[in-house]
Amino acid sequence: MQFLISLHINPAVLDALTDEEKAAIGAGHGTFIEGLKKSGELITTQALVDPSQAAVVSVRNGQPVVTDGPFLESKEYVGGFYLIDCENKERAIELAAQIPDAAIEGLGVEVRQVMFADGQLEA
Amino acid sequence: MTAPVIEDLLRELTPQVLGALVRRHGQFEGCEDAVQEAVLAATVQWPAQGLPDNPRGWLVTVASRRLIDQIRSDHARRERESATVTEVVPEDVPGTDDTLVLLFLCCHPALTAASQTALTLRAVGGLTTAEIARAFLVPEATMAARISRAKQRIKDAGSSFSLPDGAEREERLRVVLHVLYLIFNEGYTASSGSELHRADLARDAIRLARMVHAQLPEDGEVTGLLALMLLTHARRQARTTAAGDLVPLDEQDRTKWDRGLIDEGIKLVKASLAGPALGPYLLQAAIAATHADAATAGETNWPQVHALYLILERIAPNPMVTLNRAIALAETEGPLAGLALLSTLDSDERMAGHHRLLSVRAHLLEKTGETAAAYEHYRRAAKSTASIAEQRYLESRASRVRTSE
Repeated sequence: MQFLISLHINPAVLDALTDEEKAAIGAGHGTFIEGLKKSGELITTQALVDPSQAAVVSVRNGQPVVTDGPFLESKEYVGGFYLIDCENKERAIELAAQIPDAAIEGLGVEVRQVMFADGQLEA
Repeated sequence: MTAPVIEDLLRELTPQVLGALVRRHGQFEGCEDAVQEAVLAATVQWPAQGLPDNPRGWLVTVASRRLIDQIRSDHARRERESATVTEVVPEDVPGTDDTLVLLFLCCHPALTAASQTALTLRAVGGLTTAEIARAFLVPEATMAARISRAKQRIKDAGSSFSLPDGAEREERLRVVLHVLYLIFNEGYTASSGSELHRADLARDAIRLARMVHAQLPEDGEVTGLLALMLLTHARRQARTTAAGDLVPLDEQDRTKWDRGLIDEGIKLVKASLAGPALGPYLLQAAIAATHADAATAGETNWPQVHALYLILERIAPNPMVTLNRAIALAETEGPLAGLALLSTLDSDERMAGHHRLLSVRAHLLEKTGETAAAYEHYRRAAKSTASIAEQRYLESRASRVRTSE
């Protein structure tokens, strides 16, 4: 079963962390990725640029209109994700709990099963 | 010789060659890698240069050389002094079938089901890592890591290359059958992406089940599982429309069912039902055989289906079985009786919010004429499923009850 574990980031919460705490998060993700690779559960993981860099695209009267993002007026934004393939939802949740963000108040770690997939997985 | 013929031959020979190698050298994990490399070499060389006189001997020789190269380079890495390894190519031992021993090893209880499945397909099924990765829609690197981790676990568990005895053998065989069942289902319930590769998994599972059945023809559960696969696979052409929409059993065009597979399945079931023990696979096969026996949905022997589910519920209690029994009960005693049985599942945590419970309830509510409630349940079921095909089907049922209001 494939799951998307999305990481919802609150920039204000991240900014309030000490350098040590930030470094610990980075190291925690590194360890997590290594573990997923070894167990054969990682499909891919990506992190996104700051939401202030987002462009919102819409088409009106057949013309594309581009405005500065982000689209959602929210405190939290998708900062990145893990796409994994594992035994079942319980395992996906167990893995999500290993992500350092899960232990930090104000950061969200969300697990959703993949329903449809297509396209090359190999880069 | 064409590529598909060579492919079939390689898949058949893989477990034999691997068995011969492990018998000679031990170390399953190293042998398995060597055989995989030999098979890849054959895929390249045989179509171009023609089939060798003794394909099995060729594979054993090439795999043995790879293994010895591997041992040498490991040695060289560990201790730089000259290590002497004599090149011994194992004797070809025709007549010994190591399929079962290999299956028991691949379905080792220390592994997760996903790892058991992947390793079984590679070591016994003769599929390449790339093929398995495609079938499960994951990158090849992910699948390669999973397989190598699985082999490491087996090594750590210190397994020997032999069949376990008595009760342990019985227990391990159940795991093997479960893994084959999972492989079959993975192919059968193809719902996204490269469906073609996944349909192949159902065929691979049948091929593996045939191998086990050839070794253990007297085992009722082995026979039952093979029959269940054949009877289910027989419906594949009728199960979906050309557009990929699901067709429920009672609406399938039964002339599209594969009679050859059905006859074989029914024959297996009949022969085993007379046997000493009734297991869950055999009972499920008997239920599938009962459906296959009916020329039209209206001619289905529902009392027999219900009776078989009752026995299944008794020997292997499971909410999914009760759910299926409710469908049969609704056919024999009316939808209200079916709904009453479903309500016993409401307190079962395993079924809470499960799309199958929602969709069966929707179906029975529709039959009682409670269209508003049926609509609600179809919609909730559609939201709960992770299968696109199922979701489309449930949405279409929801629209249908709404327009019939």
